[in-house]
Amino acid sequence: MKNTIAARIADFLKGYPPFSLLNEDQLLAVSGEVKVIYLEKGKPVFKQGEKGHNLFYVVNKGAIALEKMNNSEVEAIDKCDEGDIFGLRPLFARENYLINARADEESIIYGISIENFKPIIEGNFRVADFLMQSFASNTRNPYSSENKGQLVSTIDNSIRQSSTNLFELQPAPITRKVVKVSPTTPIQKVAALMSEKRATAVLVVENDIPQGIITSEVFRDMIAGGNFGIQSSASQIMSSPVICYPKSITIAQAQITMMKHRIRHICITRDGTPNTKVIGILSEHNILVSEGHNPSILMRAIKNSDSTKELKKIRNKVTLLLKGYLENNIPLTHISRIIFELNDATIKRIIERCIKKIPSPPPANFAWLSLGSQGRKEQLLQTDQDNAIIFEDVPSENLEETRNYFLELARKVNKRLNIIGYDYCPVDTMARNSNWCRSLSEWKEHSAKWIDRSGNDELLLSSIFFDYDITYGDVTLSNRLSDHIFENIRDNKRFISFMGATALRNPSPVGFFRQFLVEQNGENKNTFDIKKRAITPITDAGRLLILHHQVKNISNTAERFEKLAQLEPNNKELFLSCSYTSKALLKFRTRQGLLHRDSGRYIQLANLTKEEKMKLKRCFKTIRDVQELIKYRFGISNYM
Amino acid sequence: MFNWFNKKHENHPDFWKAYEEQFQEKPPAKVSDIRFIVFDTETTGFDYKKDRMLCIGAVTVKQNQIDVSETFEYYLKQEKFNPETVKIHGILQNERIEQISEEEAIRNFLKFIGNSVLVAHHANFDVTMFNAALRRMNLPKLQNRVLDTGTLYRKTRLTSNLIDQNKNYSLDEIAEAYNIDVKDRHTAAGDAFITALAFLKILGRLDKNGNLLFKELTEA
Repeated sequence: MKNTIAARIADFLKGYPPFSLLNEDQLLAVSGEVKVIYLEKGKPVFKQGEKGHNLFYVVNKGAIALEKMNNSEVEAIDKCDEGDIFGLRPLFARENYLINARADEESIIYGISIENFKPIIEGNFRVADFLMQSFASNTRNPYSSENKGQLVSTIDNSIRQSSTNLFELQPAPITRKVVKVSPTTPIQKVAALMSEKRATAVLVVENDIPQGIITSEVFRDMIAGGNFGIQSSASQIMSSPVICYPKSITIAQAQITMMKHRIRHICITRDGTPNTKVIGILSEHNILVSEGHNPSILMRAIKNSDSTKELKKIRNKVTLLLKGYLENNIPLTHISRIIFELNDATIKRIIERCIKKIPSPPPANFAWLSLGSQGRKEQLLQTDQDNAIIFEDVPSENLEETRNYFLELARKVNKRLNIIGYDYCPVDTMARNSNWCRSLSEWKEHSAKWIDRSGNDELLLSSIFFDYDITYGDVTLSNRLSDHIFENIRDNKRFISFMGATALRNPSPVGFFRQFLVEQNGENKNTFDIKKRAITPITDAGRLLILHHQVKNISNTAERFEKLAQLEPNNKELFLSCSYTSKALLKFRTRQGLLHRDSGRYIQLANLTKEEKMKLKRCFKTIRDVQELIKYRFGISNYM
Repeated sequence: MFNWFNKKHENHPDFWKAYEEQFQEKPPAKVSDIRFIVFDTETTGFDYKKDRMLCIGAVTVKQNQIDVSETFEYYLKQEKFNPETVKIHGILQNERIEQISEEEAIRNFLKFIGNSVLVAHHANFDVTMFNAALRRMNLPKLQNRVLDTGTLYRKTRLTSNLIDQNKNYSLDEIAEAYNIDVKDRHTAAGDAFITALAFLKILGRLDKNGNLLFKELTEA
């Protein structure tokens, strides 16, 4: 019987050790017995103390976090992604697991039968060796070099604590995509190549054997310095010999070498000598980036990133940065601004790359709008993506063709945003949906319709256009649309009172007896929905009040209330406390989200401390006060 | 166990009796206890009377797992040939892959599925195609309970006036939404595997705590 699925699985496995060491028949036999396991985010594969499974695992998609419980505190040991193996303990010992393995994101893993794999290990010492090493050193545990041969259980806790800082002993981050030229390449071409690939160095190779290296500094010294003319070839200006190392070089070694030779790049070759083939390059910059946790370095890494996978890794670092900020109680205004900028740069980079992926350039000017929380600069955790495209008006015969181009672009961008962690919008408010990808006049016509015939649905839609941020493209397009919308709602009493009613649709979150209103049904029953009950009401209130003052271009809720406090000195106190409330709620949600690795939206009240509950209730009082003000100001009865 | 009510079917072949008998068991109520067979067929066309199945692919799903050792993939001998659909499925009339007769394929398939719940994308088509083949053998229709991933996917979407509640989602659209690789698309087994991954992801969204009942899954 032909087995398409086994072949497909074999095709994946063969790219990763130890499976890459098997022959084709073995690989097919192993693949034919695989269990394909689907895990939702947060679901365990196995737990500390659990009896060993009769399988070990390979990550196919997603990521698995390995953790160890220490006095009820969870300590992250490692994260496995595509192609990494884990859960090897039962392969070697009849013991229970000593660590937890849990899906860090939605994942698919392959379970490999231990019983069927054992004969292969016995017959192939390289496979055995690889598995032994992985197991003994706890796979890619960064501290592995000092603990070689020891098992997790034997690592003394104090050593582990101190070794968290031994960043220098980790293997250095090598870039595999190397820009290479031949010795005869004219240097003008070299320079063009370097700017195109955003490379700070190119290797000069002959049959993949390194001959020399050309860096930006070489250009500065040799060309700009006047030593060589613009007609020279690569071999004339390159620095030679190239400093080479094998790929096992650690960060410490790399740093010392760079200091010693006063260089910024190290060439990685197969055996570490200049006589074998190039496999990668290591730059000072890469080392700095892997050190992470510095927004300006993360920013540069985002701008230079060359693959979605790389961006995803950088995103994980952004989350770490966010966690650090919150732990150190950095003011939320500051945190939001930095995270917003990093999010913004990420989306920009993705759009840039996607435009290059389509063979023809954009047929018209366009603007990519980020809507919702990213538009309000309030998106700290990665939640849903909401976005839209406005493109410049084109002759009607070209309209559909133009739209098709932007829909294709949007499909690419939406997909990549999804891969790096922004879920698809559940109601499809995304630029790849033709309802959200329109020409300027179509948008104008459409928004006018929304405003004139505002039922609740339309209102929800139009409110989106008061909270957006232009992420990419032509800012005049979005400004013209905004002007148009503002013109339409000026003195439109009906619209404003409709919006007022919407702002009040979620009443104050504390019930009559001062208890929290919790969700009555659905999968989140008995949790407190902080978004629906607290964040949305304060956001709606801010939007309504600021629109009433005809203020444009402030989309952040806290900033809106600060502006309102200036505009209405008699309500200054209330508005400032609204501003504070919106920041406090956002911080609260973000903390919850980081703690539970979710969107932070649904809160288990039982897990809150008394202090946290008090704090929330103070926020709710402010919400009630501002809702009273709206009721009074816009003459809205409770019945609407 | 002898079945008193099915006397009139006594002249059916043994394999059918063995298949039918399994439905005497009471099926498990909880989704997490059910064995699902996710399947797909490639056919010569869309006419239930004239067209024929070319290939049947199926995988087993139980407890959030697809067991690759329990897969089904058979190519059928073709009396009828439609050059039009070759460009979709890529199966030629005298394909070098081992082929078996329609009757043998059906016998094997019934044995493979037993009383499991069948799952397919736009299941109605595949089930009707299969029933047509059963009819040619003078046998009754499939007895299994059937789920359609197209309908189930719709249940995972928000109830909102902003999205079309009756939209028909293609397998490609679902695969895109769930980031499933569409390798081996348009081979029966490849499509069955993609459908199975989609099915797992759908269940993950509908059955958050592992307590979902089968009847809740089929409610409108």
